[in-house]
Amino acid sequence: MSGEMTDTDRPILETRSLGKRFSIGTRFSAEGRRTVHAVDNVSLTVRRGETVGLVGESGCGKSTLARCLVRLYDISDGQLLFEGDDITSKSLSELRPLRRRLQMVFQDPSASLNPRRRVGDLVAEPLRIHGKLSSREISARVAELFDLVGLQPDHVMRYPHEFSGGQRQRVGIARAIALNPDLVVLDEPVSALDVSVQAQIVNLLADLQEKLNLTYVFIAHDLSVVRQVSTRIAVMYLGSIVEEGPAEEVFASPAHPYSQALISAVPVVETTPGGTRKRIILTGDVPSPLNPPSGCRFHPRCPIAAERCRTERPEVVEYRPGRKVACHFPTISPAILPAHG
Amino acid sequence: MILSVRDLKVSFRTDDGPVRAIDGVSFDLAESEILGVVGESGSGKTVSLLAVMGLITDPNAIIEGSIRYKGRELVGLPARELRRLRGNEIAMIFQDPMTALTPVYTIGWQIAEQIRAHRNISKSKAMERVEELLAEVNFPNPHEAMSRYPHQLSGGMRQRAVIAMALSCNPALLVADEPTTALDVTVQAGILDLVRKLRATHKSAVVFITHDMGVVSELADRVMVMYAGRIVERGSRTELFSDPQHPYTRALLGSIPPLTGAKPRRLPAIPGSPPSLLRLPQGCAFGPRCPVRYEPCLTGKPDLGAATHAAACFRVAQA
Ligand SMILES: Nc1ncnc2c1ncn2[C@@H]1O[C@H](COP(=O)(O)OP(=O)(O)OP(=O)(O)O)[C@@H](O)[C@H]1O
Ligand SMILES: Nc1ncnc2c1ncn2[C@@H]1O[C@H](COP(=O)(O)OP(=O)(O)O)[C@@H](O)[C@H]1O
Ligand code: SF4
Ligand code: SF4
Ligand SMILES: [Mg+2]
Ligand SMILES: [Mg+2]
Repeated sequence: MSGEMTDTDRPILETRSLGKRFSIGTRFSAEGRRTVHAVDNVSLTVRRGETVGLVGESGCGKSTLARCLVRLYDISDGQLLFEGDDITSKSLSELRPLRRRLQMVFQDPSASLNPRRRVGDLVAEPLRIHGKLSSREISARVAELFDLVGLQPDHVMRYPHEFSGGQRQRVGIARAIALNPDLVVLDEPVSALDVSVQAQIVNLLADLQEKLNLTYVFIAHDLSVVRQVSTRIAVMYLGSIVEEGPAEEVFASPAHPYSQALISAVPVVETTPGGTRKRIILTGDVPSPLNPPSGCRFHPRCPIAAERCRTERPEVVEYRPGRKVACHFPTISPAILPAHG
Repeated sequence: MILSVRDLKVSFRTDDGPVRAIDGVSFDLAESEILGVVGESGSGKTVSLLAVMGLITDPNAIIEGSIRYKGRELVGLPARELRRLRGNEIAMIFQDPMTALTPVYTIGWQIAEQIRAHRNISKSKAMERVEELLAEVNFPNPHEAMSRYPHQLSGGMRQRAVIAMALSCNPALLVADEPTTALDVTVQAGILDLVRKLRATHKSAVVFITHDMGVVSELADRVMVMYAGRIVERGSRTELFSDPQHPYTRALLGSIPPLTGAKPRRLPAIPGSPPSLLRLPQGCAFGPRCPVRYEPCLTGKPDLGAATHAAACFRVAQA
């Protein structure tokens, strides 16, 4: 919604029919070698300054996609473009200059922080590896970063275990922004935190985005957190994006039956007694990506599946600028259709 | 009353000094009532429940107070007696369903064993019952599910199998500790439905622990909010959510991002983090994070009082 159309409309990152396959088992195991299609045919555009939220049930491929986006994983199919430049199969040395600009923050802050190093060192580490700074400049930058993420200056000498979960996540964030990245991929950055602390980190991320002109890809299983943080949402099911659109719009009027079920299942605090929302309870469990259902992959659980859905896989269609859905029978709310057209 | 807990205190002797995990918790639970217990991690939800169930085995634990189940005092009851109660009348579900399942047997076998341990029926009769129970917890193909091992089921299916096991004894009291925390919201919705059904068809009383205010507000008849080992607010669901009194309850509700309507630019966050029980602040434990703290809070510990809707806060008491 910014005035600078040219800047905000320019994609910083783009995937074209991106896929990631894993081989599991060995040729000696009972089932032989098999392939998991963890991410399948994902075309997603991330524009400068926005936050794209990825949602979907456990195992739907959010983390795998996130890791592909920063090339922590090799990409099996399709293309990945950074500022229009194809980086799908760039070698590690070719990627080096890009590494600085693409960063990632993980769920469990303690797992990604070496417990034997002081947090000041941990934040300085990326500066030492990538930057050409003197040790005085590094200390100054660490102090600046501590201030940015809301840690006290004297905290630099502490060890990770001396911090609360929220503070550790602040350290993780300080490390990620140390090199002034353009894009930060955040995989469940607040999921391990207490509710009261979660809001602090959500606010911190918003402040940093504004100050440092960051672009985010944000994953969380708490849908209200994703809505709060994101400008756009992509809903994933079994490795593919089934719906995409502006965050508030998708939450207010989801077009895909899966998005509808997902959003309706979020428990919300009802202050008015009896004010119950309509809940769609899905039967069946998430199918295994090892043998995905035929046709529309959601059909075994879809409350409105028809014959066609069993055989024909729906394509992603942009039915209105910015709103995409992959379903033969989407709910396209008349209330938000353009006045004429 | 199914359950009456009075002034329950649990502390642990640790190398760093004594930890008072539960500091004077009292509550009642009536037949077919769902009591929601909310609080952040470390607030004492699990410990208070384990104490009620007689499941604190740590030799460094000191448990005081009174826990009456159907009028009978449980504190000091021999372990054998407690075990009998737990199998026959009181059922439990935990966050990780594998605490109740063994990986090496099929779930059909495990549930059947549970039934046969408490009722004198034949193996084939027990198996019939298992199939009914699995159907009751919405297994699409209960007969086939009986022959599956836990690792062949998804997390949600495992949790449903554990609920089927809990149902098998027709429990008067079901205690559930974050049973949906590790599950997707879609799967959680189904489990919450099951808990409601259980209450309706089996008249079970339920204590449901969670850190999710949304879950409590959808499920519970009455709610207890815990902070640093104490109940800071208690009331009916309506009282608590339409008229929250305690500054902590209010702040917690305020920090949840809305799912509909306008997005606030910033979330009203609570500063700081929950205190360590080893270094509890003087006075009110919420004091250092409380936006309306004043002198009395620095020294005294506010009481909850006896009202049905009550908050342990000097400001509220004064108002
Ligand atoms: N290294 C791997 N080898 C084999 N399969 C994998 C690997 N990593 C992920 N998968 C599979 O790919 C699918 C997607 O996994 P992914 O971790 O991306 O899901 P997710 O959406 O992040 O789930 P969660 O919400 O639980 O974090 C799953 O079926 C998973 O089992
Ligand atoms: N065996 C133990 N020894 C020492 N401290 C314990 C023990 N068990 C629990 N605690 C402490 O008791 C407090 C309450 O824990 P718990 O009831 O598990 O919290 P919750 O379930 O609300 O997250 C925590 O501070 C925890 O560290
Ligand atoms: S394509 Fe068919 S099965 Fe798939 S979501 Fe749409 S209606 Fe349901
Ligand atoms: S007693 Fe005082 S510090 Fe505690 S919650 Fe009430 S006002 Fe805040
Ligand atoms: Mg993940
Ligand atoms: Mg617990």
